[in-house]
Amino acid sequence: MRILHFQLNGDDAEVAAPDHWTLLEVVRYRAGLTGSKQGCDKGDCGACTVHVDGRSVLSCLTLAADIDGRQVTTIEGLSNVDGLDVVQDCFDGAGALQCGFCQPGMMMAARQLVTENPEATREEIKEALASNLCRCTGYTKIYQAVEEACRRQRQCTTERAGGAP
Amino acid sequence: MNTFDLQKPTSIEGAAALLPTSSDSRQAVLLAGGQDLLGELKDGLVEPERVVNLKGVAGLDAMNWEADGSLTLGALVTLQSLAEEPRVLEEMAVLAEAAQQVGSPQIRSVGTVGGNLNQRPRCWYYRNADSVCLKKGGTHCFAQLGENKYNAILGGGPTYIVHPSDLAPALVALGASAVLVSPRGRRTVLLSEYYLLPADDGITRETIREPDEVLASVHVPVQRQGMRSTYIKFRERGSYDWALSSVALCLWMSDGMTTGARLVLGGVAPTPWRCESSELLLVGHAVDEQTIRRVVDEALRQAEPLSDNAYKVPLTKGLVTRALQTLAS
Repeated sequence: MRILHFQLNGDDAEVAAPDHWTLLEVVRYRAGLTGSKQGCDKGDCGACTVHVDGRSVLSCLTLAADIDGRQVTTIEGLSNVDGLDVVQDCFDGAGALQCGFCQPGMMMAARQLVTENPEATREEIKEALASNLCRCTGYTKIYQAVEEACRRQRQCTTERAGGAP
Repeated sequence: MNTFDLQKPTSIEGAAALLPTSSDSRQAVLLAGGQDLLGELKDGLVEPERVVNLKGVAGLDAMNWEADGSLTLGALVTLQSLAEEPRVLEEMAVLAEAAQQVGSPQIRSVGTVGGNLNQRPRCWYYRNADSVCLKKGGTHCFAQLGENKYNAILGGGPTYIVHPSDLAPALVALGASAVLVSPRGRRTVLLSEYYLLPADDGITRETIREPDEVLASVHVPVQRQGMRSTYIKFRERGSYDWALSSVALCLWMSDGMTTGARLVLGGVAPTPWRCESSELLLVGHAVDEQTIRRVVDEALRQAEPLSDNAYKVPLTKGLVTRALQTLAS
């Protein structure tokens, strides 16, 4: 057992966890945040995707000890005081879910893409979400949601820069 | 996952001192990015008493361009940072393209150079916890007579795994070497000599790395002026996957003639598979249809497909052809 100190969704967190626990186990069973899903539990499905220091990682393949001192964001931390994140809003608007199990991981992976490459093409969106499986196979609306999120992110950037609306 | 004691040494030598002196992996295993190891731990393929976490060693994630233009990659350099490094993209396309095609964004964010080179095979008989195959101390390689669609067509026997690394063929093509550190000191070995064929004592392991050795860094030498290079990976599906077959090619040309070549195949043999005799067929010739045919036939001349993987022969010939045409045009 070791004590871990890290930032979880912007707040200081201190949890005790055995050495063999993963980040996913800490998030779900210590912090009680069950948005990150335990799907395959070996890196195939992406349902457990969270951000560590701003990059999406598979929390089922990350030892909890490795997040000591780092910043972790789960789906519960994606929205903020202004409301839903643009990615969440677009998934909602597009109806980009069926059973919903893959959705938290999908949105965390999509968030990184929208931040890093709002100009992403459909092919680049597919590549960015390659690690995330939707067993309902509802990919079309998921891709549409991410395209819309990219479009709104670009618009946001243009407006901030004072450019054409 | 079974319980283990996680240790985080602060030096490479300290890490090596925590490793077992025999090949008994029940004692200790090395953790870098963990993208392969955690799967092995969860499946019970390794059940160590302690896991030695390299992330406590400062500087192991550094990528250094030396004064002579060569490149040193620490074992913990992530695949993402390698794929994005501007000079790698410009000067060693084969390496950047290989790194870009490993796994998925999540895996590349965390997966490392050292881990990618030392990952264990994907053969389903090896990965199945209930199967005691030859690699796991059993008496038979089940792939030889069983389901072997993904297994080796070159260099197989008595086991038929393929090495799953994308970086390894690219780094062998670039003439890279690895620095190994143990309590006995350090040694530098060419990556082309790092991997072991099953027939050369490579049954339960894939590399010459001793149980108490740590791969600390990889050194990529300066390449001769004018190199063009590419890595082409063929996957069974559009989404992320290991290679069914892949080709790392470095080519030097002058006045339409090839003056040098390095051709290494991935996904078809238990090691990155260098095709030296094919390279010789390129030198002094234009990359025309006739030369390409001779080169691809020579590269696969020794292929001995199993019952379900003969498709890898024409597939690999096609990939080599594509790589040559891409670089020569």
